[in-house]
Amino acid sequence: MISGMLLEFEKISRSFGGVRALSGVSFGVQAATIHGLIGPNGSGKTTLMNVVSGLSGADAGRLLFDGRPIHRLRPHRIAALGVARTFQNIRLFSGMSCLENVIAGQHLMGARPLFQRLFRLRSANLAEMKSLADARACLSKAGIAGRESAPAGSLSYGERRRLEIARAMALKPRLLLLDEPIAGMRLREIEEMESLFRSLVASGVTILLIEHNMPFVMRLCHSITVLHFGETVMTGTPGEVAEHPEVIEAYLGGKGERNEG
Amino acid sequence: MKLPADLPAGAASRADRGLAIRLRRRAAEVVALSEFFAVYGSLINFAGLNALLALSLYVPLSAGQLSLGNAAFAGIGAYVSALLTMRLNVPFPMSVAAGGCLAAAVAMAIGAPVLRIKGIFLAMATLAFGEVVRICAVNLSITGGAEGLIGIPNKTTAVMIYGALAATAYFLTALRWSQTGWSFASIREDETAAMVMGINTTRYKNVAFILGAFIAGIAGGLYAHLNFIITPAEFGFSAEVQLLIYNIVGGTRSVFGPIVGALILTAIPEALRAAGVTAGPLRLGVNGLILLLVILYLPNGLSSLFAKKR
Repeated sequence: MISGMLLEFEKISRSFGGVRALSGVSFGVQAATIHGLIGPNGSGKTTLMNVVSGLSGADAGRLLFDGRPIHRLRPHRIAALGVARTFQNIRLFSGMSCLENVIAGQHLMGARPLFQRLFRLRSANLAEMKSLADARACLSKAGIAGRESAPAGSLSYGERRRLEIARAMALKPRLLLLDEPIAGMRLREIEEMESLFRSLVASGVTILLIEHNMPFVMRLCHSITVLHFGETVMTGTPGEVAEHPEVIEAYLGGKGERNEG
Repeated sequence: MKLPADLPAGAASRADRGLAIRLRRRAAEVVALSEFFAVYGSLINFAGLNALLALSLYVPLSAGQLSLGNAAFAGIGAYVSALLTMRLNVPFPMSVAAGGCLAAAVAMAIGAPVLRIKGIFLAMATLAFGEVVRICAVNLSITGGAEGLIGIPNKTTAVMIYGALAATAYFLTALRWSQTGWSFASIREDETAAMVMGINTTRYKNVAFILGAFIAGIAGGLYAHLNFIITPAEFGFSAEVQLLIYNIVGGTRSVFGPIVGALILTAIPEALRAAGVTAGPLRLGVNGLILLLVILYLPNGLSSLFAKKR
């Protein structure tokens, strides 16, 4: 184990029928950094994220989280280690309010044992107050404090993405997986998200991020891995990635233009 | 009745007369109440049992699992407790508890394979389980075959039924706002998102299924000891659908939805009978109409009428 690596992919492969979504992907994610995952559509970015969160098993290879193999664990076990995520196609609990979404996300905090609630113990109230305060803090960090009691289904697209991030933060993760977190956001919102992610990393959280907005990725990420047809093209700093001829060819477009994904 | 000694005689007789009138009124009230109970007692009991059964289905529904096996779990509870009291002279509370526990144990055994499937397929699998239970009851000799068990001692009272209903409602309300309840709600909303939030979805789905079966088993035991006779047909498909209708009409967003649904739908046919509508199909048709109106206009059930508007 390389020191300081929170997440290590070792020759991870995954096929769906005859399609090799991932073949021999290897790279490491440094603790307390923002690591970008870029590549054209269908290059295996989301599949890789599904492998990390346990929604999709790896056919071959090893995945280490903090030195511990996690590729055979079920999703809730991986979450319990401190891995939270958001989804590209936003999966909110749309029948709940914003605050309720975050409260549901506090499952692993264990703030609401049935026994205490059944007998109306004082400790249940105290724990409830604390977790409510935590939930409100998550909402306000994500910039949607004012929408607490709004049904999640009534939010705008950008607000939904923020709520999903707030719900993921409720888990107090060590590793946060963000699948296109700023897609559909306005410029001001993007700037807010940028400072949120920076402050999370400053507090010790590691972020693995899929994003198509190249200026955003280049600005924010400490290191970037480029995927192409399920293989790692390279891993390096934003500067190195921007220089790499194969990356320019494969992803940024032959003439260095931005590819809209 | 003792009168204070210093009261004049006239005052005493006046007080007596006043008391006598009050007593007569009170007696008339008691008679009216007991007449009411004599006429509607069984309706009150059955409404309470239906509400309890509706809650038993509410539990898996609140975790997003459409189970159609709860009538069969009620049947297991009914047969087990009836046989225990009749054959082994087990005390009534214990036999009812045993019926609930056995229903829960069966749910535990079939939950592991069955809860891997989702939605309408889960409904079909649990429905098939219900049929298996019914056919077992028809064909076994210990259950009395298609004619059922006859001569079950009458031990269930209205107080027990409504006590069980109140206890269950209280428990489920506490559960709703506990970690378990939030997990149920999360799974119902989006199972994948629930998983990555750290919820062991398999475990919580099983908990909901088993808890529902336990409540159904208890209700079944109470029903058996209310009714003198139980037959396999009572726990079949139509009973199961009835429970689902209580939940749809009442709504499954709160514990009170299924209770309201069951009470109203059990009472309306009788109320219509009292109002002079004697044609059976017409009375059931009113229930059908209510179901239709609720599905069309109140997707979260009647209880959403009382919920505060957001």
